[in-house]
Formats: sequence, structure tokens, C-alpha cells
Amino acid sequence: MSIRTAEAIDAARAAGRDAALIGYLPAGFPDVDTSIEAAVALARAGADIVEIGLPYSDPGMDGPVIQHAAEQALAGGVRTSDVLRVVEAVAATGAAAVVMTYYNPVLRYGVKSFARDLAAAGGAGLITPDLIPEEAGEWMAASRDHDLDRIFLVAPSSTPERLALTARAASGFVYAASTMGVTGTRATVDSEAKRLVADTKAAGAERVCVGLGVSTAEQAREVASFADGVIVGSALVRSLGADGVAAMASVAGELIAGLSTSEDTSAH
Amino acid sequence: MTEKIHYPPHDGPYFGEYGGRFVPEAFVAALDEIETAYEKASVDPEFHAELKKLHETYTGRPSIITEVPRFAEAAGGARIILKREDLNHTGSHKINNVLAQALLVKRMGKTRVIAETGAGQHGVATATAAALLGLDCTIYMGAEDTRRQALNVARMRLLGAEVVPVTAGSQTLKDAINEAFRDWVASVSTTHYLIGTVTGPHPFPVMVRDFQKIIGEEAREQVTELTGALPDAVCACVGGGSNAMGIFHAFIPDAGVKLFGFEAGGKGIASGKHSATISGGSPGVLHGTRSFIMQDDDGQTKESYSVSAGLDYPSVGPEHAYLSSIGRVEYRPVDDDHAMNAFERLCRTEGIIPAIESAHALAGALDIGRELGPGAVILVSLSGRGDKDVETAARWFDLLDDEPGEGA
Repeated sequence: MSIRTAEAIDAARAAGRDAALIGYLPAGFPDVDTSIEAAVALARAGADIVEIGLPYSDPGMDGPVIQHAAEQALAGGVRTSDVLRVVEAVAATGAAAVVMTYYNPVLRYGVKSFARDLAAAGGAGLITPDLIPEEAGEWMAASRDHDLDRIFLVAPSSTPERLALTARAASGFVYAASTMGVTGTRATVDSEAKRLVADTKAAGAERVCVGLGVSTAEQAREVASFADGVIVGSALVRSLGADGVAAMASVAGELIAGLSTSEDTSAH
Repeated sequence: MTEKIHYPPHDGPYFGEYGGRFVPEAFVAALDEIETAYEKASVDPEFHAELKKLHETYTGRPSIITEVPRFAEAAGGARIILKREDLNHTGSHKINNVLAQALLVKRMGKTRVIAETGAGQHGVATATAAALLGLDCTIYMGAEDTRRQALNVARMRLLGAEVVPVTAGSQTLKDAINEAFRDWVASVSTTHYLIGTVTGPHPFPVMVRDFQKIIGEEAREQVTELTGALPDAVCACVGGGSNAMGIFHAFIPDAGVKLFGFEAGGKGIASGKHSATISGGSPGVLHGTRSFIMQDDDGQTKESYSVSAGLDYPSVGPEHAYLSSIGRVEYRPVDDDHAMNAFERLCRTEGIIPAIESAHALAGALDIGRELGPGAVILVSLSGRGDKDVETAARWFDLLDDEPGEGA
């Protein structure tokens, strides 16, 4: 039985962390087998939720690191079915596995079929960067049928009305895009992030996790002081691409240490 | 000619099942802002007066119509009449939309525009409007396209725009669009993304169509005055589809007027090397809208191809997908050879060098003429002039004395 994202976030808290770590890696990068090994290593290093990226030809929300990884994965022949293999491997470790995908590959696969097969692989839900709740009718129905989380994004430009709409439509957690921009590491965490988390909670969201721009243990600790989860992507992808699976797992370990409330648990 | 078609609600965000807003949440506030500004402007006589003045004193509107009898000798006895958008300032219909959106940018208090361009016509038009209205301007262009359209790159730079060659992906228009989206998400408070065709998230397909429908409104009056009746058929090339929506729109309610959209058939639909999205694509989501797209079994966008950089795009405006689904417009592919033959024919018989995009509509019109028979009146949108395409055409017809790269 797969673990849901809310459960994974709550378990991280219970284990003494300020926030959960949500790590992103694209399926098929640098190749399918290594991406399975890397995703499993990320979960074993202590990531509470592993986001498995479905490489897409037109990743308009991604910065250069993730875009290049997706291009390499596609050039290597990764298919949507491979993404489900990665999900299965991550779910077997006990971590929550979610797929992060632009909408068209899901639409092409068939929204109902995708939900069915993701649930069968042990997946916990979907993060959909280019699908807003107004357009998500088909996915809302399919995700309910298969008990999958719907993780929608909010942005610093979201109005209070839209925060409320998104909080109502989402399940598991709400993904707060901390800055107006694409994925990628940044020197500082945008000050907008804290306000956005507070506003999203005020609008009704139970759990809000922050992504875009977090890459160091120090930034992770800062975000953990006000959010339920810290989402890291480009820093892990870069490390995996440059130095391999073990190096990536070590970066993940450092990030997790940054999320611990006391020295005792920092060696998790 | 009096029979009317009932055209169901078509003001977006959806046209039937097509359209919508498949965008990151970060864009929604900006799209709402544009929609509000556009709705206010569209009922503001001052906006219309300002735009009308620019059209008359800057663009050169109304554009004329030209009957082309020598060209039409190959059309089975049909008459062919061209709507001359090629005579507009900057050389195409693109300026109609760009000037209107640039006026909206001023109203929204933004100071910068970004755009993407394939052949360069939309980029040149945007750089022109930015220069005219004092806006900063950045144009994204696939690196491959900057090589194919080097002169247009120079034109944009002369007009004060920054041109950014995009080296990601296939280095063509779709990658330039992705890069423009990336810029926009980070700069949306000061920047307007000036989309050049009837695609993208709502309200762009509606708004751009409204800014282009002047083409058909003028042509309807002009053709009626010339021939005493509405045309039997209206033909236009379709890439993203803005000139086609522009000329079709005034005729949609008239059941007696057949409408034809000609897509870039490239080396033939069967070859897979084409940009004929409705003829050879399938429903999907790309660049913010649900329409027909060229995709593989996993929903990955396929690379499009056309001899015309301006038609080389793997999607099409959602209203076209809708018009096809209800059978109001017939979309057909025209391959490179057929388009280039019509290109040459218009040059030789009428002294007009058309854009290669428009040559697809010209080739289609010759076919339609032979199908409709003697006396039929066919209106064709000549969406642009061929200055930018002279080098491509010269290579196609082997007219250059020197091999490329030789000489000084």
C-alpha cells in the first residue's frame, strides 16, 4: 500500500524534522536504469517524498539544468512507461512517490489510464506545473477514483481568491513556487516565499511546501522554519549529472541534516 | 448568398473543446490583467480612434485588393483577388495585431515587450511598434532561424530590439516560445508577452483574432464593390493562423462562402516532414492552449518542417481546430513544391513577390479555382511580401551565381 504525501510530511515531523524533504529527479536521466538507482538512493538517503519528473519536449517552467536533463533523457529514448517503473521502485522503499509532469503527456496517455497505472505502480499523486484547477476537471475525477493526490501550484502573483480555489482543489500539499521564475538554484530564498506560505495556509491549505531555488542546507533550514516541506530539484539533478548517484545522495543527506531540529537527529 | 450559418459562442476561453489556459499559476494574474485591459479597451472609443489613426497613417490601411488575371489563368477560369496585406508597413499582416497590443501595453503601464519569431515578420513588427511607442523590446528567435533569416535579425537590431538566439531543442520557433515564457514568468510585472498569432492561453486567441479581423471586414466590402457579390471562396495559409482567422472571420456566418485554410505540407504528410497540424496532427496541449498539435505516442512534440520558416510550427490556433471540427473551414496541406510553383507563378505573371507562407494559399487557390469552375470568385489573403524569402527562393530555383560562402 503506497504512502500518501500528507502522511509522509507528517511522519517527517514526527521524526523530529522541521519539514519534509521533497527531492526531484527526472526519469531516464542520465539513463533509465541509473535514474531508478538514483531515485531509490534519494529515498534511502531520507527524502520523504520523491518527485519523479516525466521528461517533456517543451518544459516551459524549467531552468537550464532540468531542461538539459530532460533533453538527455528523451534523446536516450525514455518513455512514459519508464516513469512508472521509477515510481514502482521508489514506492517499494516506503517513500511517497509522486510524478511531476506537464499536462500533455498525461492527456496523450489518457487521463483515466494514467491515474489507474500510476496508482497501480504505487504512486501517491501528480504535480502539474501547467495545469490550474479550472482546467483540471478530468484529472480531478480520475484522481478521486484512484485515491491520488492533486498537487497544484501557487505563485507570488496568486490572488487570495485563487489561493483559496487552489487550496480547495489540491490534496496532499500545495506547492508554493517561491519566486516568479523557473526552476534552478538561487543564492537566496525569495522573501516572497514566507508570505506566500502564510497566505496559502490562511486560504485553507493544510500543508504547503516550497520549491524553486532551494539548493543548500542553509536555505533548506530557512524554508523549514515556515513551510511543511522543502522541494529541491536542480541541485540534486546537477550533482547526479556531474558526480553520480552517491554524490547526489550525499547532497540529499546534507539537505536533510539542515531540516532537523536538533543535532541528535541531524545524522539521520 | 443570404443563407446564414449559426456560429456558436466563440469568444473564448474555449472554442468547443479547444482553447483554455494550460499555464503555470504564475501567469494567471497577468492573463487576467490582459483580459481586463482588453475588455475595457474594446469598448473604449478612444482606443479604437487611436488604433484607427495608426492604421491609416502608419500601417497604410485599408490595404487594397488586386485582381490577378494572368496568375488566374491556371485556375480553371476562376477569378482570383488578392487582399494585399503585403503592402502594410513592415511587410505583413502582423503589424495589425502588434500595434493594437502595443497600445494595450501602454494602457497597462508596462514598459517592456517580449516576443518570439520564426521567420522574423512578427519580430520585426514588434520591434517596430516598440520603437514607435518607446517600449523596451526583446525578441527570442531559434538559433537556426536567426541563420535562415539573418536580414530580419539585422532589421530588428536596427529598430533597437535585443535579439536572443535560442540554442535549446530544435533551435526553432517552438523553442523560442519556451524561452519567451521563461522570461515572462520572471518579468511579468513590467513585461508584456506580445503573442503574434491566434494561439496561446486565453485571451490571446480571441484578442489577436479581433485585432486581425479588419482584414476580412475590409476585403468583404472591397470584393462586394468590385464584383457585386460575396466571393465563392476565401483562401489563406495557416501556420499559427492569424491572417487566416483575420480574413475568415467576417465571412463565417455566410454559408455560401467556402473557407479554406492551407497548411504547410512540407515534403508530404506521409513523410512526417510537415507543419500541417490539423491535416496531420491530433488534439493536445501546447504553449498554453488545447488545440491540434504534432505529437508522438507519448505526447512529446514532434519537430515540424516547412520551406517557410513562418509556417514551421507544430500547433495551430484553437479556433481553427474548432472551425475544422464543425466543418466550417476545410484545411488542406500544400507541399513545398506546390507552394514554390505558385510563388514563382505570381512573380512572373503579376510582378508580385509573395511571402512563401502566402504562396501556400496561392497554390491552394489555383486548386480551388479548378474545383469550383469558370466564373468563381476566390479571395486570397496575401499575408506578406517575399523580401525576407528572396534568399530561400533564390536557392530553391538555383538563381544564385555564386555558391553560398564564396566571394568576399
